[in-house]
Amino acid sequence: MSKTAPNPADLLTGLAQSLASGAIRTIDLTHTLDPDFPVIILPPEFGQCARFRMEEICAYDHRGPGWKWNNFTCGEHTGTHFDAPMHWVSGRDLPNNSVDTIPVDKFVGPVCVIDCSDGAAKDEDFELTPEIIIAWEKEHGRIPEDSWVLMRTDWSKRRGEAYLNMREDGPHSPGPTPDAMRLLVEERGIRGFGTETVGTDAGQGVHYTPPYPAHYILHGAGRYGLQCLNNLDQLPPTGAMLVSAPLKIKQGTGSPLRVMALVANGGASS
Amino acid sequence: MTNPLVPPPKKNPQKRSRVPTRPSHMRSRAALGLAAAAAEGRFMLQVCDECKTVQYPPRDACRSCLSVELVWKDVSPKGRLIADTTVRTSTNVYFRERTPWRVGTVQLDIGPSVICHVHGDAAVDDQVRLIIRLDKSGQGVLFALPDKATPNMEDDPHMREMTCDPKFRRVLITDARNENAPALAKSFADAEASIIFIGESESWRPYPHREALRKIPKVEILPLDVTDTGSVLELAGEIGGKTDILVNNARFVRPGGIIDRTDVNFSRDEMDVNFFGMMRLAQAFGPAMRGRGADGQNSAAAWVNILSVYAWSNMPEYGAFSASNAAALSLSQCLRAELWQGGVRVMNVFTGPTEDEWHQPLPPPKVQPAALAKSVIGGLKDGLEDVFVGDVAKDLIDRWRAGPKILEREMIESGGQ
Repeated sequence: MSKTAPNPADLLTGLAQSLASGAIRTIDLTHTLDPDFPVIILPPEFGQCARFRMEEICAYDHRGPGWKWNNFTCGEHTGTHFDAPMHWVSGRDLPNNSVDTIPVDKFVGPVCVIDCSDGAAKDEDFELTPEIIIAWEKEHGRIPEDSWVLMRTDWSKRRGEAYLNMREDGPHSPGPTPDAMRLLVEERGIRGFGTETVGTDAGQGVHYTPPYPAHYILHGAGRYGLQCLNNLDQLPPTGAMLVSAPLKIKQGTGSPLRVMALVANGGASS
Repeated sequence: MTNPLVPPPKKNPQKRSRVPTRPSHMRSRAALGLAAAAAEGRFMLQVCDECKTVQYPPRDACRSCLSVELVWKDVSPKGRLIADTTVRTSTNVYFRERTPWRVGTVQLDIGPSVICHVHGDAAVDDQVRLIIRLDKSGQGVLFALPDKATPNMEDDPHMREMTCDPKFRRVLITDARNENAPALAKSFADAEASIIFIGESESWRPYPHREALRKIPKVEILPLDVTDTGSVLELAGEIGGKTDILVNNARFVRPGGIIDRTDVNFSRDEMDVNFFGMMRLAQAFGPAMRGRGADGQNSAAAWVNILSVYAWSNMPEYGAFSASNAAALSLSQCLRAELWQGGVRVMNVFTGPTEDEWHQPLPPPKVQPAALAKSVIGGLKDGLEDVFVGDVAKDLIDRWRAGPKILEREMIESGGQ
């Protein structure tokens, strides 16, 4: 006898009750939009990502007596942010490649977390390889199609200069190899890939072929990126639900956003 | 000799900070020429174009032949102190607070005799050298100095009223990342500034001379980003009440004009740093500085902007940068008007192309950081308002004064070279 599919309305009611009771917790995976939070640094003759800035409009004063509000400015890729396919040259001609045209159901979905924190602690240029992914799958099962994959490195705990880790030869931070990205995108069919570092690619990602493989392969296949994520150490390897809706910016290539994960109290699902 | 200045004691927190007062400041339009000369540290008087008589006080017609062709010219400042007196009380609040105050009469070698302020080391019958200085109300006044330098002469209390000497003052240099920051900091240390605060933006991003800055005596590196209002307000909250000299060396420069740039992003950055940066700093630091213009030996004294000389006439190769500096120059005039109310001076230091990465393809001469720093310190010691550093800047302002439209055409045809 086949299992009866649960009633969707009951599922939502159950979710609401679980959120209220704390059986399902909401984890914030976002850094604060802070003027002093690092952004990616490109050679200075190139255009640069704007830093987050805020100017007070008024603060219960002569500029507006009963209220306070601010104007803020930033880039699409400032702080914890979402990358749409059109961000990269490989995804420039795809349909629905901007944040305003991506179907909204892509903003809520299952997430797998591959823990590379030990490796990243020992090697700042730590690479996520196909071997590591296969080993992870042996323990946690095959990465489901259309799920998010996040690379946990605990890089979000770094502060100041240690975050970009900029040297004479450029930044040094962990990231995926081209083969790892091909495996995730072409064979597993993931929805998107996220990191705790300033980009989805390794600090030295320009030296791979193709350069910046995470960007190139993800966006070339119409998939999404998340970067500058926080608190990935609070997520189980599988079973969490990622909520990551960018701002609906007309033809936007990305957007700062609030990323949250719904996690069953007590850890991973079976 | 002058008694050397001693480091001022720590401020008594129970005493009210003295409200800045100003000497009388109304002058005829003709007399404003003295202020213009003082702004650049020149000794200029009106000379009749027809009979060559040197005029003093400034006037509209020649005292000898009644010609109205009176031209401000650099003239010899030599003379003899023929009489002096000491004012012991005054109905003017500014002088009343500063008596005794010495004045005298100097017979200039070029003709006129003038009544002027007198340095403590100049005695009656001595040969003296006159200078024109801006007083606390921004007017040009004559000051007689001993012909030859005397020990600690810059510490003369009247002299210090009319200069912005960094000695024992607390300085804020706004941009540690600028390649000129170490030279500036070192020069202020050599000039006996008591603390040199240096603002550092984006501490998460390394820059080459950080360790060199740290090693300079009296340097304190603090977070400051002139494009971030919150950061400017925070630092002003911490040190605004003890910033005596603010040196705004923050600068964003990229080559390029309008059409080849294709977007406004770099221009926005140029305006954000070069124009709005000054405005944010002025809104945050200005009120306390203006209120502390008479706060003892280490009163707030000066605001220094380092600007491109192409603020005066656009250099198309750096066209948008030039425009941002033109805006900054205009804003500095507004700031000058606002800070004068507290007796705090705004000094603009204009430089041609500087020796740095963004001017690398340009031919020499380029202004070295040490030359710039020397001009900043020299300008403060002389109480100047306008300083032109290096041959390019000096040449450009001369040509601008001779004919701005002609210069504009030259800038188009030869890039000002």
